[in-house]
Amino acid sequence: MIGMLQRLGASTLETAATLGRAVLFLLRVLRGSGELIRRPGLLVHEMYSVGVLTLVIIVVSGLFVGMVLALQGYYTLVDFGAEQSLGVLVALSLTRELGPVVTALLFAGRAGSALTAEIGLMKATEQLAGMEMMAVDPEHRVIAPRLAAAILSLPLLTVIFNVLGVTGAWLVSVNLLGVDGGSFWSQMQSQVSFSDDILNGLIKSVMFGVVAGWIAVFNGYDCRPTSHGVSRATTRTVVVTSLIVLGLDFVLTALMFD
Amino acid sequence: MPTTESEALIDLSGVVFSRGSNRLFNGVDLQVRRGEVVAIMGPSGTGKTTLLRLIGGQLRAAAGRVAVDGQAVDQLSRRDLYRLRRRMGVLFQSGALFTDMTCFENVAFPLREHTDLPETLIRTVVLMKLEAVGLRGARDLYPGELSGGMSRRVSLARALALDPEIILYDEPFAGQDPISMGALMQLIRQLNDALGLTSVVVSHDVDETLRIADRAYVISGGEVIAAGTPEALRHSESRWVDQFLNALPDGPVPFHYPAPPIADDLCGEGR
Repeated sequence: MIGMLQRLGASTLETAATLGRAVLFLLRVLRGSGELIRRPGLLVHEMYSVGVLTLVIIVVSGLFVGMVLALQGYYTLVDFGAEQSLGVLVALSLTRELGPVVTALLFAGRAGSALTAEIGLMKATEQLAGMEMMAVDPEHRVIAPRLAAAILSLPLLTVIFNVLGVTGAWLVSVNLLGVDGGSFWSQMQSQVSFSDDILNGLIKSVMFGVVAGWIAVFNGYDCRPTSHGVSRATTRTVVVTSLIVLGLDFVLTALMFD
Repeated sequence: MPTTESEALIDLSGVVFSRGSNRLFNGVDLQVRRGEVVAIMGPSGTGKTTLLRLIGGQLRAAAGRVAVDGQAVDQLSRRDLYRLRRRMGVLFQSGALFTDMTCFENVAFPLREHTDLPETLIRTVVLMKLEAVGLRGARDLYPGELSGGMSRRVSLARALALDPEIILYDEPFAGQDPISMGALMQLIRQLNDALGLTSVVVSHDVDETLRIADRAYVISGGEVIAAGTPEALRHSESRWVDQFLNALPDGPVPFHYPAPPIADDLCGEGR
């Protein structure tokens, strides 16, 4: 019994300490981000590996999610003769929820894990320590551009995901199921609001970008510098990001939409 | 040889450092004067690498003073510490080269970070540094394609890129074949004298290190147990130094890690 309490206390303290380290780390990195304005090349390079290389999975998933949504929506709506609203259904689901959330989950799996593993390996092979001794602060030179790239990439990827989702839905409903194209688009245009739906979705994805980027770089920087430590950190990045994104999404939805 | 504080470029006095409950240093005094090659020797696990990290300001001593060129390293602001580090080069045991850059890019890295030199000048400097370590021809190779000795030499070229005053070598000879060992020994000595550097070599390869060092410190059990010129150390009266320099398996440093008597362990409570 006492042992159990001890373990509970120890793990609580450990978690609190990790959270504290993560917050301080984020503040230090943000303070170092100013340098990116002077050297945009660093950011562009990371945007490529974090953003552009994630495009394929985002494009393919977006297309298929949109197509499936259209199929499922059609079977339900057609019973009520409301299949013209398919465009609205798909667009709202995508911009409000599926776009930001699914993109963030895919991002964690594709880019977050890669960031953690890369930084963790740099730490394990003393590259970060070496950089420090060359009077180059790795938090500014390595971490800040990667975090900024994640925060900027995720909203952009979300937009691409949404566009392709709507395109996929249009392909299936108009070309395959025979929904009227004119009403598909016009209903979508009149029912989807820019500020309520699209903007709120983008705000969500910016928040997810901060969360996903932060967790990924922190886990890499904070990992034990062994092969086991790096592998655990990579797994933890994906798991923790996914859980926090889903939890945060619920909170944001509750605050944004009524 | 008397050492006064004013002429010591690196000055450690009464340094205490613990890792967890393990006290690594218990009052270490050590001075390195400008232009010297100083060796720090001791068995594995005595914290020789930690000593370099203390000098570089990556770790802080619990007590005592670590000063480089008169500045107390652990009291510097981050900014001043980074300025001081530009005057030091460190050769890590692993080389610590950036694995996704070529040798050329690795050596160019500190130049690109700290200077606004035009690309043509960077190219010239990098090629000169690589030439100094004999690896100009390997500039387009990645660290993964180099042998251990070569990557240590590239790492040395990178440490030299900003023309530092001090170079810290962490186990430069560990795991090297005799030829690369000889090449590295020669490099350390020649670079020191030709460029007017001050070098600190941490190592447990006794013969090689003593051959190039002006002075040596032997550290064990958290303290400096012997110091002086290689000649003086070889004639030291201390049994400990004798054991270390002559590689005797047992002596003042026991072969066994502290443990209860073996009879108790084998026939005792565990059964």
